[in-house]
Order: sequence, then structure tokens, then C-alpha cells
Amino acid sequence: MALLEVQQLRAGYGPIEVLKGISLQVDKGEIVAIIGANGAGKTTTLMTLSGIVPVRGGSILFDGQDITRLPAYQIVSRGLAQSPEGRKIFPRLTVLENLEMGAFTRNDPQGVQADIEKAYHYFPILKQRAKQAGGTLSGGEQQMLAIARALMSRPKLLLLDEPSLGLAPMIVLKIFEVIRELNRDGVAVLLVEQNARMALKLAHRGYVLETGSITMSDRAETMLNDPRVKAAYLGE
Amino acid sequence: MATVLLADSTWVLFVNICLNGLTTGFLYALIALGYTMVYGIVELINFAHGDLFMLGCFFAWSLVSAAAVATGSTGALLLLLAILLLTPLFCAAINWSVDRVIYRPRRSAPKLNLLVSAIGVSFIFMNIGQLWGGAQDLDFPRLVEDRNLLPADSGLQFSLIDAIVISVTVPTMIGLAIFVKLTPLGKAMRAVAQNPMAAQLMGINTNRVISATFLIGGALAGVGSVVYVLKIPTINWAMGFQNGLYAFTSAVLGGIGNIPGAVLGAILIGMVYSLGSWYDARWATTLVFLILIVILVFRPAGILGTHTREKV
Ligand SMILES: Nc1ncnc2c1ncn2[C@@H]1O[C@H](COP(=O)(O)OP(=O)(O)O)[C@@H](O)[C@H]1O
Ligand SMILES: [Mg+2]
Repeated sequence: MALLEVQQLRAGYGPIEVLKGISLQVDKGEIVAIIGANGAGKTTTLMTLSGIVPVRGGSILFDGQDITRLPAYQIVSRGLAQSPEGRKIFPRLTVLENLEMGAFTRNDPQGVQADIEKAYHYFPILKQRAKQAGGTLSGGEQQMLAIARALMSRPKLLLLDEPSLGLAPMIVLKIFEVIRELNRDGVAVLLVEQNARMALKLAHRGYVLETGSITMSDRAETMLNDPRVKAAYLGE
Repeated sequence: MATVLLADSTWVLFVNICLNGLTTGFLYALIALGYTMVYGIVELINFAHGDLFMLGCFFAWSLVSAAAVATGSTGALLLLLAILLLTPLFCAAINWSVDRVIYRPRRSAPKLNLLVSAIGVSFIFMNIGQLWGGAQDLDFPRLVEDRNLLPADSGLQFSLIDAIVISVTVPTMIGLAIFVKLTPLGKAMRAVAQNPMAAQLMGINTNRVISATFLIGGALAGVGSVVYVLKIPTINWAMGFQNGLYAFTSAVLGGIGNIPGAVLGAILIGMVYSLGSWYDARWATTLVFLILIVILVFRPAGILGTHTREKV
């Protein structure tokens, strides 16, 4: 059953039209990857879903409800959270305060406390760093914090923008392992990556985004073996 | 014998200058906080903030005039409590409205656009001040007797008014610190200041947080108005300019956007101003800005200003 259903979505900045009517779908329990070159509109897609970039046309259905025109701050409480490109940690809030911000829309303190412990379970290093300012963490730790922070709203769907960008291979493996784990715990994931091979190995299904249009969609395994995908995105 | 006497009086003088500097600094701190909090959250140097403080003084003056100041000390005390409560409410309401009507629609416009709007609001406030109280200085009725609390033969000066100023400003600033550090709204304010887009992704309604910041900054300026009229019972429509400039300077000195920095900068400016006024009142302002320039050469971001960059 579709958790997220995007129809003919259009968005852009000023005179520039970036998304030229894209349609995609994420089912409950799925990991879906969007791959595409730099500048294709992947970040714009996620920012439009989160309500940061205004919708110019089309519709976004989430969990059976129309969220197309909702402001960003109302989308999180519906169960749609994002870990943005470049992490966007609050640099002068502590790690713990960053996590608390992720739970801003909630008013069940016990539940939040339990979820902080859960975040420490996924990423034990964050517990050691709890009292440290977010800006003092390494890049990998900041990425973990960004994901943990997004999880603090208990999302049904987690949007992940370039979680592997600029990180050492060991750390990327660790982060992807956690994504798989939290997906097993029931969170659907929409993953945007330039590292197409890793993304497609993790995902159930994938989309190819080219200059604002979806040009291919298939099961991830099939895409990994597709000659066009191989040539354009897997460097084979 | 003569040298002992000299040392003694130098010490007394030094303490007096510091006490005066401290209360002056606390006054500037109340105004500086409004500059620094608003700058921190919307990157706007709110030029109208000093004039908001001036309007607060006029509002307090009107309240006191309307009450036709009774001479009995309990009556004056009640009146003091009334203006201490109502003036911050008045300033908070004005600051909130100005943001809502003038700044919010320009939120995504270039920062210069916003700055020019703020200068415009500053002029509007000054004109309102002129209409309200005329072009002349107004005497603010003495609500509290300016009695020295320390023994006269010590030579030390610490008046009842100084005591009231400190017992109003210190709890206000401690309250603000606790609010910003510990409450959800206070944390949301820091989050919006550090990264508004990420704050939205957390489900924070940034417009509400910005409104709250204008409310609080306005209320603090209102407390500053009351403190001012107690300390210096002469007001006029132009007073917001110079006092606002000192407060803004305090905020820059401490590191604009940094809340403890604004208080620290204001105390420093208060001290320097107090020292300068003792030496020669004509040089006080020059001294204040000389120190500002020198400190900013060595610490361009201000004393507590930080440039913590996010690591990639
Ligand atoms: N804030 C912005 N203002 C104007 N143009 C933008 C902005 N953000 C992105 N763009 C443009 O939109 C296009 C898509 O960008 P983006 O969504 O970031 O792509 P991707 O994430 O796939 O690299 C690019 O051409 C980019 O230059
Ligand atoms: Mg991107």
C-alpha cells in the first residue's frame, strides 16, 4: 500500500523550473532510492516533499492525506522527517539538544526519552558525545546525528539526502547498516544518493532522475544490471 | 598621612565609578539583548529598537502623568510596579506588531531591504515621540527618593534607585538565560538562529519563534525604559538614538547574536562610559568607541562571538 504517492510534482526557484512533473511512490516498509547526476533535482525533490520548497503543481499524498500545501512545520508531525544534504546539525546545540529538537513536535516526554536511548542504541558514539556541541563532531558523527535527529519525530517515512557524501567507506558501511536496521524496524526510507551502487544495493526499488524528470523506475536489482544505468551511474 | 588619604579616596572613587558603570551597563544590556536576539534570529540590525525604548519611556511618562503622581510613598511604589508591568507589555506589543506587519512580509527579501525598513520604522517612532511629548525635554516625576544607602562618611555612592535597578535587571537577565537554555521555545530560538531551514525540518514554526523573539526583545526594552526613567529622569524624542547606539555597540562588542555577550559588552561599555564621564564628560563617547574599535581589531567577531563552522 502506498505510503507516499507523488503525482506530476512541479517545483523550482524563481524563474528556474527544476522539477518538471515527477511521479513516484513509496510503499510501507520499503527502501526506495533516487539516483541521478549532480544538479538533477534530487535535493529539490526532498525539500519539496518536506514543504521547504513550495509546490508549483501536482500533488503529494502521504499516509492517505493530501499534504501538498502544508507548511513544513506541519509535515513533520504527520510522520515525514528528513535528514538533509550536508547534515545541517545545529552547531552550538549539544548532541542531546539536537536530538531533542528532532522531537520538537512531540509532547510525550517519556516516549522521547525512550527514543533518545534508541538513538544511542543505533549510534553508540552519540551517547559519548551527548554533552558536546554538534559543531565539534566529525563529519561521520554529524551524519549519524542528523539521521538520529530525524528519527526522533518517530517518522513513518524517512527522507535521506546523500548520507554517504564525503565520508570514509567504513563509516558509510556503518550508516547503511543502520538504515537497513531501522527499515527492518518498520521505517520506510526514501534515499537520495550519488553513490548509485550502494543505494541500489540497499534499496528495494529505484528511480532515475535526469534534469527534473523521472526517466526510469524499476526494482533495484534489475536496475543494477541495466546497461544504461551501468554506463551512466555505475561507471562500468 | 597625605598619601594614605590619597590612596583611600582613589579607592572610593574607583568603587563609585564601578558601581555607576555597573548599573549603566545593566541598562544598556536590557536594550542590547533586543538587538542581539533579533539579529541572531533574522540577521536584521533592528535600527528602530532604540526608538522603541524611547516610546517605552514616553508610555511610562503618560501612565505616571495620568495617575497624577500621588506623593505618598506607597502610592509611588504601586505606580512603579504598574509601569514596571505595563511598559514591557506595551513595548512587546509594538515590537511584535512591527515584525508582523513590516518585517515578516520581507523575510525572504534581500537583507538591505529589511534594514532600510527598520530605519524607516526608527523615523516613524521618533516622529510619534515628537507628537507624543513635543520637541522639548520632559521631566519624569521622581517616583523613588534618590537616597544613598551607604554611610555618608564612607564616601561611597549606592542609592535606593541603584538597588532597584539591580533588583529588576539581574533577575530579568537570569530569567532570560534560564528561558533560552532550558525551555522548548528557548531551545527552538537557538535552533532557528543557527539554522532556520533545519529548524523547519524539525517541525518548528519559525514565524512563531521569530514573533516570540520580537515579543521578548520588546519587553526587555520596556524594562530598560523603566530603569532609565528611574535613573535619569529626563526624556525626549531623540533619546532612543544615542542610547540605542550604545546598546547596539554593546551587542557588537560582546559578539552580535550572542546573548551573554550582549550583557558582557554592555557592562564593559557602562564601565568605560562611567570612567569617561568622571574624567571629562565630553570624552566619554569617544572613549567608548575607541575601545570598541580596538577590541574589534583583535576580536573581529566580538568578545564572545564565535564562528563555529560546521564540519563537512
Ligand atoms: N536555492 C536555490 N536557488 C536557485 N537554484 C537552485 C537552488 N537550489 C538548487 N538550485 C538549482 O536547482 C537544480 C537542482 O538542484 P538540486 O535539487 O540541488 O540537485 P541535486 O540534489 O540532484 O544535486 C540545480 O540546477 C541547482 O543549481
Ligand atoms: Mg543534492
